[in-house]
Amino acid sequence: MARELIARVHGLTKRFGDRAVLSDVDTEIGRGEFVALLGRSGSGKSTLLRILAGLDSAIEGEARVDGAVSVAFQQPRLLPWRRVWRNVVLGLRDRGRDRTLAERALAEVRLADHADAWPRTLSGGEAQRVSLARALVREPDLLLLDEPFGALDALTRLAMHRLVEDLWTEHRPGVLLVTHDVDEALLLADRVLVLGEGRIIAEHVLDHPRPRALSDHIDIRARVLADLGVTDHAIA
Amino acid sequence: MSLSATDVLARPEEGSGAPARPARRRRLPDLRRWISPIALLVLWQLASSTGVLSPDQLSSPWTVLQAGVDTARSGELGEAFAVSIARVGLGFAFGAGVALVLGVIAGLSRWGGFLIDPPVQMLRTLPFLGLIPLFILWFGIGEEPKIVLVALGVTFPLYLNIHSGIRNVDDHLVEATTALGYTRWERLIHVVLPSAVPQTLVGLRQSLGVAWLALIVGETVNADAGLGYLINNAREFLRTDVIVVGLIVYAALGLLTDAVVRLIERRALRWRGN
Repeated sequence: MARELIARVHGLTKRFGDRAVLSDVDTEIGRGEFVALLGRSGSGKSTLLRILAGLDSAIEGEARVDGAVSVAFQQPRLLPWRRVWRNVVLGLRDRGRDRTLAERALAEVRLADHADAWPRTLSGGEAQRVSLARALVREPDLLLLDEPFGALDALTRLAMHRLVEDLWTEHRPGVLLVTHDVDEALLLADRVLVLGEGRIIAEHVLDHPRPRALSDHIDIRARVLADLGVTDHAIA
Repeated sequence: MSLSATDVLARPEEGSGAPARPARRRRLPDLRRWISPIALLVLWQLASSTGVLSPDQLSSPWTVLQAGVDTARSGELGEAFAVSIARVGLGFAFGAGVALVLGVIAGLSRWGGFLIDPPVQMLRTLPFLGLIPLFILWFGIGEEPKIVLVALGVTFPLYLNIHSGIRNVDDHLVEATTALGYTRWERLIHVVLPSAVPQTLVGLRQSLGVAWLALIVGETVNADAGLGYLINNAREFLRTDVIVVGLIVYAALGLLTDAVVRLIERRALRWRGN
């Protein structure tokens, strides 16, 4: 049986002026699949995410998402003048004042007692969890994560990895995680795409059962690093 | 109104232009701050009582107080007060309306910015109080020139702050709500305008300060009613006590409107914390 696709990208090219940031990209994301998109800075990975988020429509080719999309950015981007719970339900039209719903979502990211707080009073990790709750409360079919752990300290990042994995297991959205952290991708994803110079230059399927340890995909890690142009010698 | 004279004295003014933080009210005002004002008042009274200060130059605090009571009792003060408040109110409403419309259009639309901003920026360099002779020619010496003067004084600071408040909206927040499916209109209501509120309140305070100044100048030049009239009339009869009463009322009104804005700030900017 063919798997059900939630996102399909076909022949996608994106130019900024004369420069093609993405050229002729083909890929797809299955329903409930966790995909990590790796690449160096400027490889076009965030551009691809923005296109799937509907934030950039000036493209050539096709980028289609069948279903609801939510985004969590590197910065939490909470409205500072709305209390935490109001930020959580920001993207819900008719239920935009449904506090019960907001509290349930906050409980999932372990922030139930922060519902009435102002965003200013949250730590970086807490604000990022609110941002995750805001994305998930919409029950997206596709969750786009744009380096959501990049600005967090190392310990918080580890806790966030576990949290995202739990939430994904619970809700099973398709996920596209854009990151430049190879270990993060290998811990979380079903499949890793490596983007280089606007093209997908490698793809690796990760089948180790979860929760994973850093050593679980040590063989693939070396290959991914090679894809990214980092040799063993260079990281030794 | 929760602001007392004690509050005003107890709280040093925040730096101008800086977004005012909601000031924390003290339960117990520091009484030491009252020492020098009271001493000055006593000195003033002494100078008057001993004849160092002649009543033709400046009446004693006690006489001023009596004049205040008298003019209040006779209804003179209340009437003048009402007339002046109405002028500022009308002028402010008019000027603020214009500033709001122009500021929002110039802030939101590229073409609006191109078309509206340059003339406003040019006009604001005019010393608007110097326009009084023209206004008298255009509007005569009735209510209109005073109201227009106040409106003009209010428009510029408020426009500038609304405009820059809207222009400085955080694009990341706009983008985040776009990703949540917000339409242009919803982004305006939920992101752009709320983010312009702090700057707008700064403009509101500035413009209210200018409004009182414009009123005083307008009324002093020519008036047949209002506080300015009361003061000018008192000058004719060398009633320095009534002049001081008028000045005190002006000052009190300025403080009062400032206190109202502070109150609004305290409520509207709670999310910023203390």
